[in-house]
Amino acid sequence: MSSIGTGYDLSASQFSPDGRVFQVEYAQKAVENSGTAIGIRGKDGVVFGVEKLITSKLYEAGDNKRILNIDRHIGAAVAGLNADARHLVDRARVEASSYRSSYGDAIPLKHLTERVSGYVHAHTLYSSVRPFGVSLIIGSMERDGPQMYLIEPSGVSWGYHGCAIGKAKQNAKTEIEKLKMKDMTIKDLVKEVAKIIYIVHDEVKDKSFELELSWVGDITDNKHVLVPPEVFVEAEKYAKLALEESDDSDDEDL
Amino acid sequence: MATSGMFGNGNPGALWTGGPVPGQLHNFPGVQNGATKGSSQRTLNPVVMGSSVLGIQFNGGVVIAADMLGSYGSLSKYRDCPRLLKVNDSTVIGASGDYADFQYLSNVIQQQVIDEECLNDGFGYTPKSLHCWLTRVLYNRRSQFNPLWNTYIVAGLDEDKPYLGYVDKIGMAYEAPSLASGFGAYLALPIIRDALEKKPDMALEDALRLIDRCMKLLFYRDARALNKYQVAVITKAGVDLRGPIVSDTNWEVAHMIKGYE
Repeated sequence: MSSIGTGYDLSASQFSPDGRVFQVEYAQKAVENSGTAIGIRGKDGVVFGVEKLITSKLYEAGDNKRILNIDRHIGAAVAGLNADARHLVDRARVEASSYRSSYGDAIPLKHLTERVSGYVHAHTLYSSVRPFGVSLIIGSMERDGPQMYLIEPSGVSWGYHGCAIGKAKQNAKTEIEKLKMKDMTIKDLVKEVAKIIYIVHDEVKDKSFELELSWVGDITDNKHVLVPPEVFVEAEKYAKLALEESDDSDDEDL
Repeated sequence: MATSGMFGNGNPGALWTGGPVPGQLHNFPGVQNGATKGSSQRTLNPVVMGSSVLGIQFNGGVVIAADMLGSYGSLSKYRDCPRLLKVNDSTVIGASGDYADFQYLSNVIQQQVIDEECLNDGFGYTPKSLHCWLTRVLYNRRSQFNPLWNTYIVAGLDEDKPYLGYVDKIGMAYEAPSLASGFGAYLALPIIRDALEKKPDMALEDALRLIDRCMKLLFYRDARALNKYQVAVITKAGVDLRGPIVSDTNWEVAHMIKGYE
């Protein structure tokens, strides 16, 4: 890498001569090493999906969740360093709680995004701290419809209809772009999300993974929850079936 | 002129500064006096108040009831004050006393329930744990000479068993199969205990009838009560918060009461 040995990558508080902050770029690399996480915003809510890579068979199933709740109505899917992610989500919970105690209402997602991305950004300004090796997709059902934002290690945030982070983000984005998500309900989207996670999973490099699925929207009473078991099973079945079909057609091509 | 005199200044100088002043407390130099520096006044009086809360265990659950009056002294100022708070699907609390303190603690509890839910680990407040937590908060506040001016009744199901707990503003707490706070403790509780003694294994309908009888009685005899109340029924099926309920009252004998004109 061009940055190594130049001395400009030792601190987040120093630019390189061509105007880059290498520590932030390294943080983005940390995110790209992580299992994929995607979020899609439909017409009646938001769906999250995570490919949680299992690095050892000795781990207990279902632990170290990568889809988390920030408030009753806000969900987050994370990619990158898990401990950093949990700290950031903790911080977001404090922001949500503080807003409710001041204003007696749930925090607007845009407001939360600005608070959290400001916090992330502050960690790209000082030599005494390390930037967060985390990208965070947060979504909720607001008064005027579903919303979803992505916060990057640089502190930048954008609103999205569909976004992907982690290892296979490019492939996942290509798959998401095929969907007409603006006309789709989260009931349909949850299957597509499961399918995308299965498609982008690299069986050769990463052996096993756990699928995590969550949603927030009209049918969940605007609460962010992991999808119920029956929905999960159905979505997973749909994903596996789609994968088998595409494998079969690949074989035919050969 | 006498005051300007031969020295030309209007006022005679102070004879003695920095010393004791007649008629006032003296602060010795270098000694902190608690009465003037370190102390502060706490709120020693409740303002808007709620009256009784009643709770009864029945076969398979608990009912808890409170009227909806917020009294400002003897003035019936607010007639739409809910004094029952659904904490989760197995727990309800009811509050007597200062309504602002109840609102404050409600906000604290509701945020804690959200924090709990966020962890998504299947744990949450049980009536028993919430009751215990309330005793700690109230006892701590009274120990700072700054009590939360409330009596709380915690009702719910703990491991599918009915639970009723009482805790007052000094942190004094107990559990019982029937409970009442405020004037209800004097006017309604003896009647509830009597009914429970006669029929220990009450059905929900019996308990609701008993609640209605007691709420009506409190409306007749407690001058800080209102004929409009809420009831929460907590069973395995969850919390059913009913009301406002307005009972039929009979004032035919009212004209016979003399001597209070």
